[in-house]
Amino acid sequence: MGLENPLFESLPDILTVKLDAVINWARKSSIWPATFGLACCAIEMMNSVSARNDLSRFGAETFRASPRQADVMIVSGRVSRKMAPVLRRIYDQMPEPKWVISMGACATSGGVFDNYAIVQGVDKVVPVDIYIPGCPPRPEMLVHAIMMLQDKIMKESVKERADTFEEESRRSIVPGTLPVTEGTKLEEQAEHASTRPYTVPSKHEKRRTS
Amino acid sequence: MSNTNDLQEFVEKLKAHNADWVSEVVDALGEITIIVPAESVVDICAFLKAEHGFDMLADLCGCDRGPEEDPRFEVNYHLFSTTHYKRLRLKVLLTEDNPNVKTVTGLWKTANWHERETYDLLGIIFDEHPDLRRILLPSDFDGHALRKDYPLRGYEPYSLT
Amino acid sequence: MSVALENKTDQIAALDDSLESQMTISMGPQHPSTHGVLRLELILDGELVIKTTPDIGYLHTGMEKLFEYKKYQQGIVITDRMDYLNPLGNNLAYVMAAEKLLEIEIPERAQVIRVLMCRFRIASHMVWLGTHALDIGAMSVFFFCFRQREKILNLIEAASGGRMTPSYFRIGGLMMDLPAGFDRRVKQFLHDFPAAMAQFEVLVTGNTIFQSRTKEVGYIGKEEAINWGLTGPCLRGSGVELDLRIHNPYTGYEKYDFDIPVETSCDVWARFKVRMRELYESEKIVKQALERLKPGPTKADAPKVVLPDRDDMRKHMDSLIHHFLIVAEGFNVPEGEVYHAIEASKGELGVYMKSNGGPKPERVHFRGPSFVNLSALPDMVEGELIADVVAVIGSLDIVLGEIDR
Repeated sequence: MGLENPLFESLPDILTVKLDAVINWARKSSIWPATFGLACCAIEMMNSVSARNDLSRFGAETFRASPRQADVMIVSGRVSRKMAPVLRRIYDQMPEPKWVISMGACATSGGVFDNYAIVQGVDKVVPVDIYIPGCPPRPEMLVHAIMMLQDKIMKESVKERADTFEEESRRSIVPGTLPVTEGTKLEEQAEHASTRPYTVPSKHEKRRTS
Repeated sequence: MSNTNDLQEFVEKLKAHNADWVSEVVDALGEITIIVPAESVVDICAFLKAEHGFDMLADLCGCDRGPEEDPRFEVNYHLFSTTHYKRLRLKVLLTEDNPNVKTVTGLWKTANWHERETYDLLGIIFDEHPDLRRILLPSDFDGHALRKDYPLRGYEPYSLT
Repeated sequence: MSVALENKTDQIAALDDSLESQMTISMGPQHPSTHGVLRLELILDGELVIKTTPDIGYLHTGMEKLFEYKKYQQGIVITDRMDYLNPLGNNLAYVMAAEKLLEIEIPERAQVIRVLMCRFRIASHMVWLGTHALDIGAMSVFFFCFRQREKILNLIEAASGGRMTPSYFRIGGLMMDLPAGFDRRVKQFLHDFPAAMAQFEVLVTGNTIFQSRTKEVGYIGKEEAINWGLTGPCLRGSGVELDLRIHNPYTGYEKYDFDIPVETSCDVWARFKVRMRELYESEKIVKQALERLKPGPTKADAPKVVLPDRDDMRKHMDSLIHHFLIVAEGFNVPEGEVYHAIEASKGELGVYMKSNGGPKPERVHFRGPSFVNLSALPDMVEGELIADVVAVIGSLDIVLGEIDR
């Protein structure tokens, strides 16, 4: 088979390499986003996936609709107060390792909308790794952000990202009203759940140095 | 302007049918606004829909004039006709102590969501509405956001940290 | 502070306890096929939809309150973000309402350019076609559509600087004149467009799977459609010939020659055909607008309202003073209220603007066409299968930014 034979003949049979390098290389090369397109930035995200700026050549091959199968959540668009608990819940449903890119001015800091309805920055709800400015940012900026995230992933260490994060996420209770049909049994459960505040301090804070 | 002459005919017909229905007529900028009493708005709309072809309710919106004004609220009904393509605006004035007006959902089903939105943002209550609950703001939101005395930035920023 | 809800609670409780086969699921806010953050509460019997209730508000931005705190000119920027697929349409509606209050006349060239830029609702229809076909299963159409959309976004960016949020119109005219060579670029786009449309006809319209998934699905009759307040392609697909560009004309549309596509089968297929035919009509109007483009002023003659040219401002003192006052304090708009409706890509986009004599409006209300179109969804979808719900939502062409404002 063409190229591999002469290549492997010149290399030894056993290669020693840093575990971090291999694992991070695998993680960064197949980083699958979860669809969290909310508003105008979502259309620019769709533009960055389509033929002209093709995001899948960087590993973001498919946008998985289910957060259980996704690695990165690109929060694109303005997050309103009604949507914030949903955002947190989707983030908690993603398995580790997971990253968050906050795309656009509204997700980063509230953007043009400094009022009662919009959460002033999505980092008040989920820990963010990369912030992208712009209203909306060009698709090339999103591609650049994915590349920056890939550089960040290469610098991480597998030892620090232990699975304790997942247990903490499971225990977190989200304030605010999750969507529930009034008058059904779910309503009583939701009322009971929403009175417990989110008191567990987030260990994700440590990750935000980059 | 020529178009207001055609619209004035509708005003005359309304007055001819029942003189109490027309409290005041404002004719400006090519549009006619008829201020009607709150109790008879459903009858007026039914009359205009059945006899004069205003078969579409283009918009139903409320407005808060400010806490010092009396009457404080107003509700505007924008009627449109798909047969003679004319527009008419009916206005209802409501006070702060009694912001109630009867629903027109029986005539136009589109009023359902418009009235829910007006209730949600301004607190105007539509009597006999089939399902009056909040539509845009979260269901545990306290207050009515579009009122003039509600601050722009709200009372408490949303934060989990 | 909620009004008594016995009716709805009783209804849902009755449905809940009745048959075990009925299930309430939430087609939640995060869903690939709901075109944004829309939540549908579906009560299903197997795959058959018995009742559905849309739950909106997940993108509520409080824009109407923001307008009351911003001067008239500053509000144009916010209107871009409402229906973000056709931002020039929103701009136009807002700007025309303000011009009606101020009673300003717009010069001819500005009107023609406004018509030309509003025809880029082709971009909005491209997203509609791409996502509608994607939901039904035709995935490659998405990429073809976005390729055409990139060309249009290049044109809009050349004119105004912003791809999706141009804010190109101002009260009294345009932001600035078109760049040199713009009409050559538009002609180049029009040259390539028919070939792309032919591709779409083959890929989508001629596709038997697409046809069988969309015919006789999502039926809404003529009187029902008018009662629900549907406008735009949804109403024209139900047999009502209503197009505000012809029946309540604005910006000189009465001088252009185009047809209104109307279909009578009242289902998803009819709305699809109407929108495809609208793409051809838009192409016609762009050609006519290019022919009408003559040199002339692009701003109205109202120095207290319209910003002067930058050259003028640097040379003449009174222009400088006007510029400063307009930007710093804003201009006072006479008292009054106006409702102006245009034919946006989704239907009748109406702006109700009320002024109390100051530099900031007292109330701005946008009647979003998607808001009204979506309210008719429960009627259209009762008795259909859950896969048809997706097709119907695609045919309504909703944009949540406009619904939730």
